[in-house]
Amino acid sequence: MRSDPNNRAPLTLKIAAGAGLLFLHLPILLIFVYAFTTEEKTYQWPPPGLTTEWFAVTWNRPDVWEALKLSVQVAAVSTAIALVLGTLCAAAVSGSKFFGRETISLLVILPIALPGIITGISLRSAFSLMDIPFSTWTIILGHATFCVVVVYNNAVARFRRTSGSMIEASMDLGANGFQTFRYVVLPNIGTALLAGGMLAFALSFDEVIVTTFTAGQQQTLPIWMLEELVRPRQRPVTNVVAMVVVLVTLLPILAAYYLTRDGDQIAGAGK
Amino acid sequence: MTSATATLDHASAPAILPAKGGIAGALSDLFWRRPKFLLMLMLLPPVLWLGIVYLGSLLALLLQSFFSIDEYSGLINREFTLKTYGELLLPSNLDIILRTVSMAAMVTLASAVIAFPIAYFAARYARGKWKALFYLGIMLPLWSSYLVKVYAWKLILAKEGILTWLLAKLHLIWLLDAWLSLPIVGGNSLSVSFTGTFIVFVYVWLPFMILPIQAALERVPGNLIEASSDLGASPRQTFSNVIFPLALPGIVAGSIFTFSLTLGDYIIPQIVGTSRLFIGQAVYAHQGTAGNIPLAAAFTVVPIVIMAFYLWGARRMGAFDAL
Repeated sequence: MRSDPNNRAPLTLKIAAGAGLLFLHLPILLIFVYAFTTEEKTYQWPPPGLTTEWFAVTWNRPDVWEALKLSVQVAAVSTAIALVLGTLCAAAVSGSKFFGRETISLLVILPIALPGIITGISLRSAFSLMDIPFSTWTIILGHATFCVVVVYNNAVARFRRTSGSMIEASMDLGANGFQTFRYVVLPNIGTALLAGGMLAFALSFDEVIVTTFTAGQQQTLPIWMLEELVRPRQRPVTNVVAMVVVLVTLLPILAAYYLTRDGDQIAGAGK
Repeated sequence: MTSATATLDHASAPAILPAKGGIAGALSDLFWRRPKFLLMLMLLPPVLWLGIVYLGSLLALLLQSFFSIDEYSGLINREFTLKTYGELLLPSNLDIILRTVSMAAMVTLASAVIAFPIAYFAARYARGKWKALFYLGIMLPLWSSYLVKVYAWKLILAKEGILTWLLAKLHLIWLLDAWLSLPIVGGNSLSVSFTGTFIVFVYVWLPFMILPIQAALERVPGNLIEASSDLGASPRQTFSNVIFPLALPGIVAGSIFTFSLTLGDYIIPQIVGTSRLFIGQAVYAHQGTAGNIPLAAAFTVVPIVIMAFYLWGARRMGAFDAL
């Protein structure tokens, strides 16, 4: 939507939009302050004092490290699966028109359009019907399913912008399909895949609801946090972990933004 | 295999280029001539995965909702029955469903109201650096850890937290106390009340509402707005007759997320809320401690059915193009 330069936003709109953005950001910033508070038992504001000792305490907690390790493992494998499945699906859907195309895009979106609890309990009831024991793989099974859509969204947007004539030219020049994929298609969609992969990783790294249903005794980092929120043991450690999680998830989001900012920011490319 | 070779032989005659050598070459020639085959090969893995893992589990769930639990032994009786669905109509369960659906509706409405100015400003007035800033300003909270966001609000809404402190500084504690003393919406403190649950829901899903509205608004051609004012419409009339109707599919698209996410969430009401249950909590309780998977399954069918109608209606309003 174009507007001429004289067309200034009304003041009330500016205030409403600015207040909205502040509303979105202030709570997250608050976490940073709480990570340094000396108060151990309550959520007292303003903090009675500031300290960095909780960073050392958190560093020496093996349970935090174990949860982090599992989260990274699950997110890495789920992202890898989602990259393969999402790219294949995006290539097929964007490349041609065929019967059932709409159904397939619906099928990809469904795990994220329906509440996570449905995916969670469906998987759990399927595992129990088939006597599959809980393991890291059952968590991955769930995560990969809803990560596909993120890769798919990013890849489909890029495929639409990649012209088919380039592929034809490559084939005309004697390249086979695999060479064409390697030297023409992949460089074109590479950054979109990287962005999709990062977002998929972030999505899996953060997932709670599906994980509570598909994990047995293992704890991913969000499950660890949930446990701490319901039954707090050492509140300042939770504060520190929360702050670190915010900082760590910030990076892939910024990176994904820079990789895809050339015009294909499709709304809903998010979760 | 034989049919594949036969096609190759048949088709190689009129080709201008000689057939490509090697297995990779032969394969890619095959794909080029038979795009349907390549298409099928590409679709097979994702469709198999989603079909078996996701749809398969959904069917397993649906199947379980027609089983029932034996009240005396606590064992699941694997015989087809509608008894479990009947239990959903018990007043206590119906209460849970109504509470969740009305919360989802209120959250959706509030999100749309807060999201609109942000989306409108970002789509219509933000340019260059400001545009990027707005985009990141929406994406960062969207992708920030869900649990961290809920936790941040636990800190804010707690009795000794920042909101109480702020209201005390403003001498408005009486207002908070008056609100908390109200039935249903009130409670001991904001962090254990429906008001708290509502605020956190709105906060957490808000970005999901902003993005589709912004996308819809960005597609409104500027000359349409100029034409409207040329024809003598006041800004208010332009808004209600031109801009709002064109943004509506975006709002509906956003509402799919806010509504569906609220219907299924059980973490927020558990951490910031009262002891009165939402659908998600009921599902979790029934499948976990109670071991009543049939009832848990029947409960999940409620959001599925609601969302099926919702998606059907949204599609008719053209909301899918705004996703």
